[in-house]
Amino acid sequence: MATRQTQFLARALLTPAVGLLFIWMIVPLALTIYFSTLHYSLLDPGSESFVGLENFRYFLTDPAFLASLQNTLVLVGSVLALTILLGIPLALLMDQPVIGRNFVRLMVIAPFFVMPTVSALVWKNLLMHPVSGLFAWLAKLLGMTPIDWFTDAPLLAVILIVAWQWLPFATLILLTALQSLDEEQKEAAEMDGASALSTFIYITLPHLARPITVVILIETIFLLTVFAEIFVTTGGGPGLQTTNIAFLIYSQALIQFDVGSASAGGLVAVVIANIVAFFLVRIVGRNLEA
Amino acid sequence: MGQITLQGVQKSFGPVHIIKGADLDIADGSFVVFVGPSGCGKTTLLRLIAGLEDVTGGSILIDGKNVVDTPPAKRGLSMVFQSYALYPHMSVRGNIGFGLKMAGLPKDEINRKVEAAAATLNLSPYLDRKPRELSGGQRQRVAIGRAIVREPKGFLFDEPLSNLDAALRVQMRIEVTRLQKQLGTTAIYVTHDQVEAMTMADKIVVLNAGKIEQYGSPLELYERPNNLFVAGFIGSPKMNFVTGELAQQQGAATIGVRPEHLKIERDGTGGWVGTIAVAEHLGSDTFLYVDAGPLGMLTARYVGELSLHAGDRVSLVPDPARIHRFDASGNALRN
Repeated sequence: MATRQTQFLARALLTPAVGLLFIWMIVPLALTIYFSTLHYSLLDPGSESFVGLENFRYFLTDPAFLASLQNTLVLVGSVLALTILLGIPLALLMDQPVIGRNFVRLMVIAPFFVMPTVSALVWKNLLMHPVSGLFAWLAKLLGMTPIDWFTDAPLLAVILIVAWQWLPFATLILLTALQSLDEEQKEAAEMDGASALSTFIYITLPHLARPITVVILIETIFLLTVFAEIFVTTGGGPGLQTTNIAFLIYSQALIQFDVGSASAGGLVAVVIANIVAFFLVRIVGRNLEA
Repeated sequence: MGQITLQGVQKSFGPVHIIKGADLDIADGSFVVFVGPSGCGKTTLLRLIAGLEDVTGGSILIDGKNVVDTPPAKRGLSMVFQSYALYPHMSVRGNIGFGLKMAGLPKDEINRKVEAAAATLNLSPYLDRKPRELSGGQRQRVAIGRAIVREPKGFLFDEPLSNLDAALRVQMRIEVTRLQKQLGTTAIYVTHDQVEAMTMADKIVVLNAGKIEQYGSPLELYERPNNLFVAGFIGSPKMNFVTGELAQQQGAATIGVRPEHLKIERDGTGGWVGTIAVAEHLGSDTFLYVDAGPLGMLTARYVGELSLHAGDRVSLVPDPARIHRFDASGNALRN
């Protein structure tokens, strides 16, 4: 991009793509903002009226909002912790030279390719079902009372399902990072008399700081909007125990048919996502610098 | 003390024999260079001594104690890696002090030793920088600092200068040699560069295909090579080899003459006659590459400037006292 001519050319060629992306983004946003100011019930179409910020007041003062905000944060935090704390040892194991390593890797990555609805159904009906599930069978085998997961520990059940889906992603990113760790550095540490644990703490873990940051940032984006797993397994219940922000918005729009309030909720979710992103970048983002 | 002895050391990776029995006696305080072409096993031999690889057979003695089953850190050796292998997230201070920290030394003692090592290597202003903020030569010095701070019985250098540019390499070569003499610590240095070997070593080990071809001082290797391989490997430009009738007249299968031991005569008829293919004028030296017909290409070196050019005919007269003779299996014949 040295000359004025190539600069102009670059801009001219970029314009259609940037313009399309802009429209793609701005039209839904504008419509959402517009709807959020209307009293708009799907049960009574054609009677929309402007209500100002009333929808926001309604959404934010709804006791379900705070409950679902808390659920969202617990869900995101727990899944992040589980995937990273389990992903690191898994990646370390998969980095070892073992027979059938490629097959093992393929198997570990597999859950990531299963659709969320399908994996939620599998967990609900085949694993966590209190009568016919695998966990119930195991519990009975050991003489214990089977846990009715979706009644007694519904949020934990959802967390386990989502963590199972995202564990491969974390493992894969961490594994590639491990493979890029200079062998000579490990040998230098060995010459310096570092034990396996010290090598892990002082050499491997600092090397993983950046990929862990990447995992946290990317997973957070997707975990804030977990929906299918909740919809399929608990439907947000019992009560509000597994309702997160995404599910709350869905229930406003398509269970209570209140499009205005749902749009307001959508905008609130955007703000929350930005707040989370701000703090995340503050806390872990400096690992990404050079 | 740092006397290192190898007795019949062997190493195979599966069916491939990398080291085919190495015997070597390295005196305390000496600077020994392993030199050889790539793939000759010199780095493997160094790693065996370091303990980063396990020997397949034989024993390694450090101060008379067999260390083949001793883990690397307990052998009392420290190593400078080709890539330096600095810890990227630690400061220079952290890098140099890591070994001491792992040994569980108190903080103030670590600091004192690190600062002393840094002062020796002119690294004091950079102690709180990260490796990525240093130049190649400085990183090299940090790697050396990491080695000397532990006051080891021996240093192991694995081609440490190969990532530096030519000028810096010469400078670091001198620094490393001086530092080693100053500390009086045994050093083993691996390189493929015979100039580095000749200039730095007290004794050179020439390796070829997993075997020690010769072990001796640089001049010993230069003046009395044991065989064709050593004769060809040590010395730059390479020794000229002549086979056939001329060699048989001397009672050898091959004779070798170094380029600097060929007298160049213009339009001469004595000696070996040929046409100059390429003449390199360096000012200090003149190298002539002479096409000598049935004898093949010969290289001659003249100290100083010689106004001869491509196409000129010259004759090259070997110094009879400095002709090396080799038998059919390549071993040197001595009078």
